[in-house]
Amino acid sequence: MTIARDTWIVFSRAMRLSLRQPVWVVFGLLQPILYLALFGPLLETIADTRAFGEDVDAWQIFVPGLLVQLGLFGASFVGFGLISEWRAGVIERMRVTPASRTSLLLGRVMRDVVVLLVQGTILVLTALLFGLRAPWWALVAGIGTVALLGACFASLSYATALTLKSEDAFAPLLNGIALPLLLLSGILLPMTLAPQWLETLSDLNPLKHVVDGVRAMFRGELTDPVALWGVAITVGLVLIGLAVGTRVFKRQSA
Amino acid sequence: MSTPIIDARGLRKTYKVRGRGKEAARTVEAVKGVDITVDAGEIVGFLGPNGAGKTTTLRMLTTLLDPSGGTATVNGYDLAKDPVGVRRSIGYVAQMGTTDSSAVAGEELVDQARLYGIDRDVAAERGKALLSGLDLDGIWERKCGTLSGGQRRRLDIAMGLIHEPRMVFLDEPSTGLDPQSRANLWEHIRRVRDDFDTTVFITTHYMDEADALSDRLLVIDHGEIVGAGTSEELKRQVGGDQVLLTAASVAAAPGLADAASAILDGAPAEVDGEVVRLTVPHGASTLPQLLRGLGDDHDVAGVEVRRPTLDDVFLTMTGRSLRDAAEV
Repeated sequence: MTIARDTWIVFSRAMRLSLRQPVWVVFGLLQPILYLALFGPLLETIADTRAFGEDVDAWQIFVPGLLVQLGLFGASFVGFGLISEWRAGVIERMRVTPASRTSLLLGRVMRDVVVLLVQGTILVLTALLFGLRAPWWALVAGIGTVALLGACFASLSYATALTLKSEDAFAPLLNGIALPLLLLSGILLPMTLAPQWLETLSDLNPLKHVVDGVRAMFRGELTDPVALWGVAITVGLVLIGLAVGTRVFKRQSA
Repeated sequence: MSTPIIDARGLRKTYKVRGRGKEAARTVEAVKGVDITVDAGEIVGFLGPNGAGKTTTLRMLTTLLDPSGGTATVNGYDLAKDPVGVRRSIGYVAQMGTTDSSAVAGEELVDQARLYGIDRDVAAERGKALLSGLDLDGIWERKCGTLSGGQRRRLDIAMGLIHEPRMVFLDEPSTGLDPQSRANLWEHIRRVRDDFDTTVFITTHYMDEADALSDRLLVIDHGEIVGAGTSEELKRQVGGDQVLLTAASVAAAPGLADAASAILDGAPAEVDGEVVRLTVPHGASTLPQLLRGLGDDHDVAGVEVRRPTLDDVFLTMTGRSLRDAAEV
């Protein structure tokens, strides 16, 4: 399989370059812990208002949200790195080798997924220390969701970056999309608090259903339709993300 | 005769430009059907101002862009039918570079080789030999961002040669380098051809670079090849050399011009102050005859032979100076 081989070469190169940035490594690992320590306590108070429902542990609500947020934000910014690689001629250089163009995308996405898996694991382990209680399989599923969302958003981020080829255009677009996605997902506050129009709007946001799905799992409801729906949407997002990414990487003008 | 390394026939690229406001959508012909033949072991300079179609042509020949029309084979592989075969057989060094600043030079070389299916150890050995040949010993462990402009450019060339391609495309290789690094780079490019028999196709908008480096030149303007040949041949087409005679005084100049023109069988002579400008096919071989003929009858205060430059060539072929055109 030459695609697998090429993907591995691109992955190991990208991983090596990422690990060589000490600041990046430290902040990458610290980020999930910061979320828990600096935002978690607020949630504990909010949960007392029972806005999330009866008898619900704040961490069971909060950690799934953080995991989805990690998948979204951890992956969306990877396009910036690609623009600088493009500017250095690295992308063009690789496109003239016999390596499959899909591998040039997949190798990089794989690096991002590995990074998110590590961050997601740290997040969950730290959350356990803070007092999170959830079935072990739900924790695994939660980390898996981060990885899958990461694959989707990293792919879309690369595709967008390669199309725009400019940080100045990429940054506002990214904010314009990621921020509403985040606000409408009920990650920070439950959407049940929202007025009707806002709740309807958030129902259109796939991430809201992913968050709800992971929350259902954290409550131990594996076969709950909400959980299954969340899984289905996550898988759908990954397929769409990779399809778009591969298309752009194969296109010539990119 | 062996098959050419590049054989392009009627290679064409058109773009659709979306209309803005009331302007209708239109089609722009970036490259209007060019024929290009490059033989093994040649260094061919592809000369033209920015926007002439150089890069578009290059991107088509390196499989980065599909031609809108025409056919081409590179190293015998058909551009349309076997792009991967083409990619395997060529090296390409883009204008913007090849390496990541934070990456280590040796690792970039090895990874690049592995994308061609070359074994890691073979790649390392070959990479070190290449660097040594390019006077880059000792940069193996260095981060690419710490190299000087000239070193980084030579590393780019090593990246393009790591899989031992039969031909390499260099896109504007010396842009941004100081004069010494440029001369040094040219030396190395020539050596690549001499030592490995690698065919080199080099685009440039610098006349001195095209002149110093290429065995043969292709001049492109507005998407068409407007001239081809060695730099000498092209210069000869312009109409020859200029012989400048300086008369003893402004008053003596017209007389000198008439006399000189008569000796040279009516060669055109212009007077500009005390300088007489004669246009002749071969300046150097004309000079002894001219001076002998003028003898003691005319005082000549100075003599100069001026060879046409590629800029003159470009001016004649396109009606504008390469330098002016490049600034557009």
